[in-house]
Amino acid sequence: MENVLPLFVVIPLAAGFVLPVVGLLKPGRFCAPICLGAVGALVVLSCMMFAGEPVVVTWMGGWVGQADPSSVTGIAMVCDGLTRLILLIISVVSLAAVLFSTSYMRSYTKVCLYYGPMMLMIAGMNGVVLSGDLFNIYVFLEVAAIASYALVGFGVESEELEASFKYLVLSAIASGFILLGVAIVYNLTGTLNLAQIGALIEGSEPNKALLLAIGLFLAGFGLKAAMVPFHAWLPDAHPSAPAPVSAMLSGILIKASGVYVLARIVFNVVGVHQSAVPAVLIMMGTLSLVVGALLMTAQWDFKRLLAYSSISHMGYVILALGVGAEQMAAGQHAAASLIMFAGLFHLANHAVFKSLLFLCSGSVVHRTGLRDMRAVAGIARRMPVTGFCTRVGSLSIGGVPPFNGFFSKLLIVIGLCWAGHPFLAVVAVLISFVTLYTFIKVQRYVLEGDVPQEFSAVTESPLPMLVAMAFLSVLCLGMGLLLPLHRFVLLEPAKDALFNGLGYARSVFGG
Amino acid sequence: MGMIHEFFPYVLCVLLFAVGLYAIAVKKNLIKIIIGVMLIHNATSLFLVLVGYRMPETGESAAPIITRALSGEEFFRQSVDPVPQALVLTAIVIGLSVVALMVVMAVRLHEKYGTFDLTRIRKLRG
Repeated sequence: MENVLPLFVVIPLAAGFVLPVVGLLKPGRFCAPICLGAVGALVVLSCMMFAGEPVVVTWMGGWVGQADPSSVTGIAMVCDGLTRLILLIISVVSLAAVLFSTSYMRSYTKVCLYYGPMMLMIAGMNGVVLSGDLFNIYVFLEVAAIASYALVGFGVESEELEASFKYLVLSAIASGFILLGVAIVYNLTGTLNLAQIGALIEGSEPNKALLLAIGLFLAGFGLKAAMVPFHAWLPDAHPSAPAPVSAMLSGILIKASGVYVLARIVFNVVGVHQSAVPAVLIMMGTLSLVVGALLMTAQWDFKRLLAYSSISHMGYVILALGVGAEQMAAGQHAAASLIMFAGLFHLANHAVFKSLLFLCSGSVVHRTGLRDMRAVAGIARRMPVTGFCTRVGSLSIGGVPPFNGFFSKLLIVIGLCWAGHPFLAVVAVLISFVTLYTFIKVQRYVLEGDVPQEFSAVTESPLPMLVAMAFLSVLCLGMGLLLPLHRFVLLEPAKDALFNGLGYARSVFGG
Repeated sequence: MGMIHEFFPYVLCVLLFAVGLYAIAVKKNLIKIIIGVMLIHNATSLFLVLVGYRMPETGESAAPIITRALSGEEFFRQSVDPVPQALVLTAIVIGLSVVALMVVMAVRLHEKYGTFDLTRIRKLRG
């Protein structure tokens, strides 16, 4: 199993560099099949990972780490429960997005130059998730980020360029913060290996340099995850990209490069006992939850509305993880366990329904060319499959019972009550209603109503796009109803990996 | 005196970082914003190099190159920490590619709008 881990980065990276060359030699012939093959292989590989041992560690270049955490020299790739969950989400969402692209991108030119950065982005995200080394995380973060800048500006219209520039500047500031934090941590501990840093910090006194580094990480990864004081770039950047890329950006990039790394660092590296960290997470989460949802209600641009809702839903996840950290520090293990489980479940659910909704918006834009909800109407009549999938996604994101969004929101609210935050629970429920209201508005304007004159000739989107949307719709239903089946495979190990806390070091070094 | 001597480079780094942030926050010209981003990158790189620097008893640090004449212990005693230097090399390459991409975007924006002035480019809502 150890030899498989590098493949998660190697396959998309190789595909990413082969594609432009192929595109130069045989334009428009082999790009999509190569991409589909690479992503399909990733899905198979990430499913295979569930058969292995609980924690798989690969030391790159044969620089084997010793059982003694003080003498590590090599760079490690670590795959534990949390990594497995995120890897699977990345592969599944990328598969749907690539499948969708095969038809959607027909309306663009130079499509092979589009698939290249897309593969690089997947390679970067997989690298971030698998890396067991702080500086490696930074490098892969930048690989994914640079690819995403190029994809946001892919349309090279003035708005897309502007959004991409704004995203570039804010993301570059985030990278500066993160690298500064890495430097401080290295100065403090003399190592970059996450597990070893964790082991060294566990035994040391709390000190101010570490707090500064944590603050820099919170700001840096908060920017990457678009938490509220740092959210300004997301509503511009995510809608400007082509729809499948929006789905990947909102569905997985902000999770892999923001929430995942934040959770890993807070729980497994610095530990939840650092004074103010859980409180800051709770505050950032609640703010994002409320502000994102309120800004969302005022939007008429379909994709922009979805982007604001991403901010709000990341707020749910960060809030849940923050409360989990607080309860863990207080020794309330049962409550912490429930709320962290709920947070990770919501993370997985959001990846599925948000990418589904972005693909649906792409399907609408593909046929009508419009993003303004007031100008589009009666889609459900002209495009029945797209309409049905949009309905599934809307009900799911609004938290209507048979779908997955309901179960994770319910668990979060129960967890908040149990953890002694009734006020936050009320806020979470209210915001859930705001989301439901907004998405009823979406259905009312986009799906219902009389078909306008100019859209009377609009027909259903091509088959690959429909397959991608139907696939995600089925997942929306399945992830909710089959929760008793998949929780022990997917979610419980992921929660345990975070819950393990500073024991992460022992599990990596096999002690 | 010794304290100031020791802390001065770090203060300089933080100052450089702050100047970069100031440029990004306040300046309205795309090129000046790009310069601000470069300042942030360079401040962090400088900080990383400083982290790796250490003053041995001999008072002089050597470049971290292992030769045959040098035993491991001697190397450890007299050379600076090589890891941050490797990190800085990587960070510089990443910074370069980010800045290159930013310049491309700025040029394309200039083609569209005929100006680098941000106040006249704003098309997107807040």
